[in-house]
Amino acid sequence: MASKKESCVGSHILSLITFLPLLGALVVALLPRGGHAALRGATLVFSLANLLLSLTVFGVDPSGGMSFKESAEWIPTLGISYGLGIDGIAMPLVILACLVVPICIATTHHLRDPSRLKEYLVFLLLMETGMVGVFCATDLVLFYVFFELTLVPLYFLIGMFGGEKRIYAAFKFFLFTAAGSLPMLVSILYLLWSYKQSHGAWSASIADLRTMSLTTPEQMWVFGGFALAFAIKVPMFPLHTWLPDAHVQAPTGGSIILAAVMLKLGTYGFIRLGIPLLPQAAQAYATPLLVLAVIGVIYGSYLAWAQDDLKKLVACSSVAHMGFVMVGLFAFDKDAVRGAMLQMLNHGISTGALFLLVGAIYERRHRRGLDDFGGLARVAPGLALALIITSMSSIGLPGLNGFVGEFMIIAGTFKTQPLFAVLTALGVLLGAIYMLQMVRRVCYGKPKSEEAKHLTDITPTEKLAFAPLLILMFWIGLKPDFLLDKIGPAVDAALLALGTTP
Amino acid sequence: MEGLIQTIVLAPFVSVALLFLLRRQLPKSAAAVIGCGAVLVPFLCTVAAFFQFDGTPVTATLTQWMTGSVLNVPLAFRLDQLSLTWTLVVTGIGFLIHVYSVGYMHEDPSFVRFFTYLNLFVGSMLCLVLGDSMVLLFLGWEGVGLCSYLLIGFWFDEEENAKAGQKAFVVNRIGDLGFLVAMVLVFKQFGTLNIADVNAMAAAQAATLDPTLVTSIALALFVGCCGKSAQLPLYTWLPDAMAGPTPVSALIHAATMVTAGIYLVARMSIFFAMSPTASTVVAVVGCATALFAATIGLRQRDIKKVLAYSTVSQLGYMFLALGIGAYTAGVFHVITHAFFKALLFLGAGSVIHALHHEQDAMRMGGLKKYLPITHKTFLIGSLALAGIAPFAGFFSKDKILGAALYSHGLPQLLGVFGLITALMTAFYTFRLYALVFHGEERFGHGAHGHADHGAHADAGHGHGAHDHAKPHESPLTMTFPLMVLAVLAVLGGALSLPHFAHFDMLGKFLEPIFAPAYAVLGAPHEHSVAQELGAMLVSLVLAVGGAWYGFSKFSEGPGKQAEHSTKGLPFLLENKWFVDEIYNVLVVGPMRALSHLAGFFDRLVVDGLVNGVAGMVRSAGGWIRMMQNGALHTYALLFILGAAYLAIVLL
Amino acid sequence: MSVFHYYVVAAILFSIGAGGFLLRRNLLVMFMSVELMLNAANLCLVAASSSFDLARGSSFALVSIAVAAAEVGVGLAIIIAWFRLRPSVDAGDLQELRG
Repeated sequence: MASKKESCVGSHILSLITFLPLLGALVVALLPRGGHAALRGATLVFSLANLLLSLTVFGVDPSGGMSFKESAEWIPTLGISYGLGIDGIAMPLVILACLVVPICIATTHHLRDPSRLKEYLVFLLLMETGMVGVFCATDLVLFYVFFELTLVPLYFLIGMFGGEKRIYAAFKFFLFTAAGSLPMLVSILYLLWSYKQSHGAWSASIADLRTMSLTTPEQMWVFGGFALAFAIKVPMFPLHTWLPDAHVQAPTGGSIILAAVMLKLGTYGFIRLGIPLLPQAAQAYATPLLVLAVIGVIYGSYLAWAQDDLKKLVACSSVAHMGFVMVGLFAFDKDAVRGAMLQMLNHGISTGALFLLVGAIYERRHRRGLDDFGGLARVAPGLALALIITSMSSIGLPGLNGFVGEFMIIAGTFKTQPLFAVLTALGVLLGAIYMLQMVRRVCYGKPKSEEAKHLTDITPTEKLAFAPLLILMFWIGLKPDFLLDKIGPAVDAALLALGTTP
Repeated sequence: MEGLIQTIVLAPFVSVALLFLLRRQLPKSAAAVIGCGAVLVPFLCTVAAFFQFDGTPVTATLTQWMTGSVLNVPLAFRLDQLSLTWTLVVTGIGFLIHVYSVGYMHEDPSFVRFFTYLNLFVGSMLCLVLGDSMVLLFLGWEGVGLCSYLLIGFWFDEEENAKAGQKAFVVNRIGDLGFLVAMVLVFKQFGTLNIADVNAMAAAQAATLDPTLVTSIALALFVGCCGKSAQLPLYTWLPDAMAGPTPVSALIHAATMVTAGIYLVARMSIFFAMSPTASTVVAVVGCATALFAATIGLRQRDIKKVLAYSTVSQLGYMFLALGIGAYTAGVFHVITHAFFKALLFLGAGSVIHALHHEQDAMRMGGLKKYLPITHKTFLIGSLALAGIAPFAGFFSKDKILGAALYSHGLPQLLGVFGLITALMTAFYTFRLYALVFHGEERFGHGAHGHADHGAHADAGHGHGAHDHAKPHESPLTMTFPLMVLAVLAVLGGALSLPHFAHFDMLGKFLEPIFAPAYAVLGAPHEHSVAQELGAMLVSLVLAVGGAWYGFSKFSEGPGKQAEHSTKGLPFLLENKWFVDEIYNVLVVGPMRALSHLAGFFDRLVVDGLVNGVAGMVRSAGGWIRMMQNGALHTYALLFILGAAYLAIVLL
Repeated sequence: MSVFHYYVVAAILFSIGAGGFLLRRNLLVMFMSVELMLNAANLCLVAASSSFDLARGSSFALVSIAVAAAEVGVGLAIIIAWFRLRPSVDAGDLQELRG
């Protein structure tokens, strides 16, 4: 490691945030299985403590470099180290990951199999370690380890606590992701090997690997490996079919984590690894990826419109929204990429909130059909209000978070890729169509059945879980510069490898 | 001054927060005071700002909003002549309609929610008008769209109302797409979205700018205007929007929000001035909409629908004015139209209120004696709408028609169509007036058996459906705004009298705004006194003639029109030329089908492919499994054969 | 006697072992055949070791003998356990490893 020592090298805050949930998982695992309150309480304490700790990373270096760096030897013979660090791109995602876990705990009162609450909570905390680890890793192998680590707990969350077709969904999810991560492993090994070839020493540090220049054909292959893994995670058309199944079958908490954080691993991988390490390949692949992303936006919107199932609708809308992020990312315009980074966060907040609410609605009647409800605004006004606000955030109403990201993406993309920007903008229209018809069918009109007339309104627990997301929707919508100031320089640093961009 | 601007914008939002948080605690009276106060305060501030205003625009920055590498947008509000004019109209009329709503919505259980939405609307509208960047304007633009959506679907228990709201939002979004494209075009070209900067740069670079780009920007903006201001082909949402409470129709769907498109064109007038093509499109679309909507208005039965189509038609006039370069005339018509159309809608609301939510004009009649104040004010509004001197509408409409008729080529032709529209307007306005207030009393006979025309749309609150008590005049909270608006509708024309009178307050005031545009177009044509008088005479004769014919034909009752027509032109007109049906078949249907197709495609092809691969792997596994037969000797044999093979290869 | 002769003997022993393993069905005999092959390999190691005058081969052989002893222990235990479960030492009856 050639990087200079920094003043904060002694701080271990990132390790703490990464592994405190693991400790929590151990503690929860040792608690008696029957004491639900104790189990939940312990998990909540650990996750809230971690959330508080994670807020410290907001003080990330505003000049775009890595902050809170940590480094220790791990497998020195291969140059693999335990390297952590965080910049403006990862910072919001880490905080988001720490935020959704307590929210997920709030959804555990209606598990399919309450006797296995303990396992659920343990997996939740394991997830948190994996998610935070991915965003903090500055070593390629460590990144891979955390990337894969997230897979296992989610597999069990879906497989153990999901709906009727949970095994199918969990398997599909696992196979898709594994099919992507193996080519990525090959790419990683190739990168390590060629670094050894060119520099004579082993290193897996991302910063070191950035100094290496591969030929364009090499980059194309290596990028292909990464792109497959990340495109499946995003998910991009036509690799998206695991997502609706996984979302529909997953328990509410699983859906929230999947939407809010897991999908971001894909786009985060592109900005952290794909573009900086393999700039030529990224440019060469930009057009095909943009085409797929735009197809994702439009096709995903149409899919969402065709759904009669609340969860499936939100899942398909995820495909469309993540398409937005990909368009912004591969427009290679500084404003568009800033927008894409913000939109990653926005999608996490809005879609996470949507799944929270849809889950809440589902648990009241064990139905998810759009036409099973009706008149929710009369029957359960609080729940309906929350759903309407979140829908508005999701369709990018100015003043709420979604608009800022979408607008920056479209305005920025138009500078470099006008055609794709205009096509993406169609997504704004389609988004309004499918979300509003959902709102109309669920919230307005008269209740469509006797049971639909008697639903409990939003409970205090649900309010508490929804509140932080609601605050973020307005906060980011009206004052996004508090994040953009940090994201901006980090984005500029990540795009440096592309050479001269506007 | 900055403080005033900030107060103007923030007061409605503060009230929204207050009303929302205290929605369960607040009594109706307190909510009414807060809700009305939140508009009165900005109005008073605007008046104060008006008197302090010295001609130089003032910008008040609240905070930074978006920060990008090039894209930097602050939350800043700019007060200049144009935004000041609009703010006065929005807050002034907005306040009157708030007061009216206190009476109109008094019995509605969602009283507080209504005022929350209404204040949110006023706040968004002020953002739209005062926003100093296109993005902030867009925030207001979408914000008013949201409020319109929420208020059209205010009585959401009826699925039809919710559908109308959804339609309004979606159709507006089509227009917003145009606005969005205009914004990104502007941003790419000028690197900023600050409206004043963009206008200044465009004016400075007038000679060098690519004409195609200017035309694209102008046309994209106009697409947005077509959505918001209900022009062809995106007007269909506005008549449906009448599903909302009547004060909403008055405030949002007549006086303020729908004029946002005119505001936008006026704001960015330099682009339209630089692009003759775009201007022609604006003028032609405006004129066509004016004529088209007027034809539909001729045969509508629902009192609010008639007014809705007349709004669409009048908005068409305004765009006609903007398209032929008569910017001041367009803005003038916005103001007078806001006065008399708000008046007419509120009057209609008063009638509907008195008749317990009957909206079918065929079931009214003879209300003159029951609703004296409503009758008089409605008559004044009708006279103004029909364009009869000396009421406000006459002066503004005449300015537009005069400008069109005394130009050359296409605008002149459009002016002729404008005259025909004026004739029809006068006719249907007085047809409505006669049907409602004159003739025999046709209400109260099983009034609620009607299935069509959304006659139940306004049926929100708790009046008994078969209450046969005599209609009675509305309370003072409702009649007071009517009287104020009636005064304005009489005197509003004084803002900008014809040239020969040498009194054009509005034109002088707005001069700096349109100076760059006129620098490109050349100064507006000065007409001789004879020309002006001639135009006035022609339009006056047409208006009086139309009004007289409309009134005399229907003052005894609807006659044959009481029955639904089944063939010919009347059938087409009564069914609004079947535009909605055509759209459903040509646009909505295919889009919907496409979504189902996508659903099938995803399940069968995309997912089928994935499952197919999985199936192939599985069956391959099945075949390979056969080798694993469990017999030790087979394994050993294979093992030894393998070892032998290796030995042969290696040795 | 050259090292070649040792190799020949080892090859013969290995072939007998391999043949026995493939052809016989009695588990105990098959087990003894495995031992025979193992010892053929040991013989090779020792012979080569002494011909090159290096101790490495012999030490390998010693390790493998020790491992073989352990393996015999485990292997016989498995066979006895199997025999208790099903009174047969016929390898043909042992089909549970089918995939």
